[in-house]
Amino acid sequence: MSAVVAEHDHHHDDHDHGPAKGILRWIITTNHKDIGTLYLLFALAMFFVGGSMAMIIRAELFEPGMQFVDPQFFNSMTTMHALVMVFGAVMPAFVGLANWMIPMMIGAPDMALPRMNNMSFWLLVAGVLMLASTLFMEGGAPAGGWTLYPPLVLQTGKAFPFAVFSVHLLGISSIMGAINIIATILNMRAPAMTLMKMPLFVWTWLITGFLLIAIMPVFAGAVTMLLTDKFFHTSFFDAAGGGDPVLYQHIFWFFGHPEVYVMILPTFGVASTIIPVFARKPLFGYSSMVYATASIAFLSFIVWAHHMFTVGMPLAGELYFMYATMLIAIPTGVKVFNWTATMWKGSMTFETPMLFSIAFVVLFTLGGFTGLMMSIAPVDFQYHDTYFIVAHFHYTLVPASIFILMAAGYYWLPKWTGHMYNEKIGQLHFWLSTISVNILFFPQHFLGLAGMPRRIPDYAIQFADWNMISSIGGFIFGASQLLFLYIVIDTIRGGTGEKVTDEVWEDAHKHGLEWTLPSPVPYHTFTTPPTVIPTEHI
Amino acid sequence: MNRSVSQKNIKLARNLIIVAIAMFGFGYALVPIYDVLCELKWIERDRPDALKQAKEKAYEIDKDRDVTIEFVSSINENTPLLFHSEIEKLKVHPGEYHTVNFYAENKTDNNLNAMAVHSYAPAVISKFVDTITCFCLNEQSFKPKESKVLPVRFVINPELPEQYKTITLSYTFFDRTENQ
Amino acid sequence: MKKTKQLFAGLTLLASSQQGAQADYPLNLMSGITKVSNHIYDLHMLILWICVFIGIAVFGTMFYSIFHHRKSKGHKAAQFHENTTVEIIWTIIPTLILVAMAIPATKAVIELDDVQDSEMSIKVTGRQWYWDYQYLDNGIKFESHLDEASEKAHRLANGNPHSVPHYLLNVDNPLVVPVNKKIRFVFTAADVIHSWWVPDLGWKKDANPGFINEAWTLVPKAGTYRGQCTELCGRDHGFMPIVVVAMEQPDYDAWVKKTLAKQEEPVDLADLSREDLMSKGASVYLKNCVSCHQINGSGITGTYPALTASPKVIGPIDPLIGFIQAGTSRMPAFSKLKDDQLAALLTYIRNAPELGNSVGDEIQPKVITPVYND
Repeated sequence: MSAVVAEHDHHHDDHDHGPAKGILRWIITTNHKDIGTLYLLFALAMFFVGGSMAMIIRAELFEPGMQFVDPQFFNSMTTMHALVMVFGAVMPAFVGLANWMIPMMIGAPDMALPRMNNMSFWLLVAGVLMLASTLFMEGGAPAGGWTLYPPLVLQTGKAFPFAVFSVHLLGISSIMGAINIIATILNMRAPAMTLMKMPLFVWTWLITGFLLIAIMPVFAGAVTMLLTDKFFHTSFFDAAGGGDPVLYQHIFWFFGHPEVYVMILPTFGVASTIIPVFARKPLFGYSSMVYATASIAFLSFIVWAHHMFTVGMPLAGELYFMYATMLIAIPTGVKVFNWTATMWKGSMTFETPMLFSIAFVVLFTLGGFTGLMMSIAPVDFQYHDTYFIVAHFHYTLVPASIFILMAAGYYWLPKWTGHMYNEKIGQLHFWLSTISVNILFFPQHFLGLAGMPRRIPDYAIQFADWNMISSIGGFIFGASQLLFLYIVIDTIRGGTGEKVTDEVWEDAHKHGLEWTLPSPVPYHTFTTPPTVIPTEHI
Repeated sequence: MNRSVSQKNIKLARNLIIVAIAMFGFGYALVPIYDVLCELKWIERDRPDALKQAKEKAYEIDKDRDVTIEFVSSINENTPLLFHSEIEKLKVHPGEYHTVNFYAENKTDNNLNAMAVHSYAPAVISKFVDTITCFCLNEQSFKPKESKVLPVRFVINPELPEQYKTITLSYTFFDRTENQ
Repeated sequence: MKKTKQLFAGLTLLASSQQGAQADYPLNLMSGITKVSNHIYDLHMLILWICVFIGIAVFGTMFYSIFHHRKSKGHKAAQFHENTTVEIIWTIIPTLILVAMAIPATKAVIELDDVQDSEMSIKVTGRQWYWDYQYLDNGIKFESHLDEASEKAHRLANGNPHSVPHYLLNVDNPLVVPVNKKIRFVFTAADVIHSWWVPDLGWKKDANPGFINEAWTLVPKAGTYRGQCTELCGRDHGFMPIVVVAMEQPDYDAWVKKTLAKQEEPVDLADLSREDLMSKGASVYLKNCVSCHQINGSGITGTYPALTASPKVIGPIDPLIGFIQAGTSRMPAFSKLKDDQLAALLTYIRNAPELGNSVGDEIQPKVITPVYND
């Protein structure tokens, strides 16, 4: 359990030069660290764009009556908020982390396919820009929900084909990113880094990569069918031509359910990486974590129709999808128990990354509980399409995926920049976010149970109080994130001025190869593979 | 990066791209798979194009029980048709042949093509309904202001399980004029 | 701090289970009025409590550890990293809990699915953006729109939702059903997918265009039960509520008689006063036109044309009548409007100050010459 800092003798090979100068560096870069930075900054920008849309939604819902926007624009906002957050913020942020960290975690000099890496980033930018441009088109941006259900989505105006093409671009970008990550993990590991020694972040991304390759093409296929239905008289989803709109829902959720796991599996990976470091203990149940991740990924392919219990399925279908969905609770439970056991009898300290990780475990588990409640088909006949589900998936995405992305930022920023962030402001950011996120989303459980449907721009008077509380929480949460923006900029520009050590966090070098490298990380790392692998994380 | 690793990477990437393309195809393959699952009644009701014209054959009439058949007629969106059935409910014995007339009238001064889509409930019973004639098997064309009598001849297979006492046969007209 | 929050969350849920639905701060699922909805409520409470107890156990352990096993208290880290027995136990116990939950859940699914042996059937059609009801047993047929008070309150800049009784949860024509009869619903839609939900009945069901779905209920108690469309169906998805009025059998029979008589009444072609035409026209406009053309006739730029100063609206009447009755590629046909309604609507859209038009004429029912023979 010791580590040897790999030597960094820079052979001046023809490809082994420093970064290009000026703006061109960022456009043509094939360096995994540069591309990782691009992904992360782009995701952060989109987090604020999607967040602004959420602020518009919460402002309109602040009190009953229509105050600010037209109902159609409101629908566009809910649709675009989801698409931007899923495809523009959360997924790219995890790809960015993968780019930065996976080569450093497995002792590789770079990603396996550097040029493809550059291309997948710029395709992402093109896809998101095309999606954003639909806001300014005649008839407005897509307003049929991020699920794009026909026939409603076919009523979209001029924006429709652009939305479909942007999904294609985003899909191609994700698939290329996934291929690159898989190839890096399978082919580029240092010889001493066996599969079962890999940090869990790498494991979860390996599995996520396969999920992406399996599902993004299916989604691309589904939207292509929508496109041909609208413009080329095919009838995949049109009953008049022998199709069925419910078929779209089946195909969509065959993609959509694994898709939500694409956003949560790397989250699990980062949490499993951070918690042991601050508990100063090895991760509890490393191999059961790997198997649990794999079984969650497998189960995600066979439970899709639990999103469609009310669509009119025969008894057999209802029962099958209910039982299969309930099974997911088992591996997910194992993960939560493992994290708790990792903390148990540790020697914990509570720096910002650890605080966000603990909040993740607790609040994600709350989201998991409501998920279990909704797996019960007959009860879902009440919960479905109400604010209860809105609360559920926001608990599994905001204080889960987003919080862990924040944790990852605080955890690795000192390594990336060589500067320490301001711990006081970091903790302030944590407490503001954690308190406000609960004020924002917890009352939505009550709203849903009391009968408020989702995706409505206005509501009955009895829902007024909780909506106002929820909106206030939303505004505080939104404003608190500006603190994070400040911290990121401040840290890049020097932070506290304190010189960070190579390991940054006490004994972190026992947990991961990245902490054996100098801080800030040189432009090229592990040009010769490390020979000794830290194993404290196993 | 040495050459052998880089070749391995390219080979793996190529294989994964093939997987991705195959999965795109799989998305389309879900369409026929869905048909099969529907036929097995695992996940869905019967598909509009799954209705097959049945041959008239003699069943033993089950005089001991009645099945109530409900007829539901709908018009999608702006299809300019008047459309209704002669009766909304009919009690039949399984094995007995019945013909029920539907009436449709083109309200416009233009030619109109419309397709009627059938849907039976409960979903699991559709294989026990033999359809001998139905206007929903073909697209219907209407001349300006034309009225049509559209018969449906059907029989309930006596093998229909006892617990099903009410069956709904629904027909919805969709405008198909623009598709010509 | 977080522990207290967890506790608070638990207590709120606890409080909610005892108080039921409060007027101002509703917290929990309503138990509803039917047998099915009660079973669902019981199931909901069962799972909720299971989750609360698991939560207390897991979070309790975690926070004990967070409190005691910290470096600042001088706790030294243990180095264990696996324990097969423990891992097997915490896989098996959840599995057993799940099996225990699956049994009542399966019973409830079967109960929901049993639509047979019904005594009457109602066809429900979802439309953009109202519901259409047809009683298959007696020929009653009507549309059910959001009531006028709610329409005005949410569309007018100075509208006050707080002054409207049952804001957004009230309709012009509620669905009337008898108590203690097993009612079978057949759902379909005429345009996009809608979903019909009355929480007191315990379920929601999607209405798909071209297909039918079924569900059933048996309302044991007379009363008014409210719900909403729960599948996003476009611009006015939030404005198509559902109201079910359950009546004792004699009241219901009287309602059927009255409604059928009204349905068969011929259209009254007698002349109306200007005020009557305008007020009747305004209500027809609110029901049928306002979603697209807006309350001030401005339409939506780029999507729906304005009525204000539109040559089609303030021009000759006959083409306008044809236009409304036959529809266009972008506007539905409103051939369902009776002559008196159409006359009032025409008077209204040509003369209403709120739409910014003032042709100065009155159109009486008898001048309407139908384009369609509906």
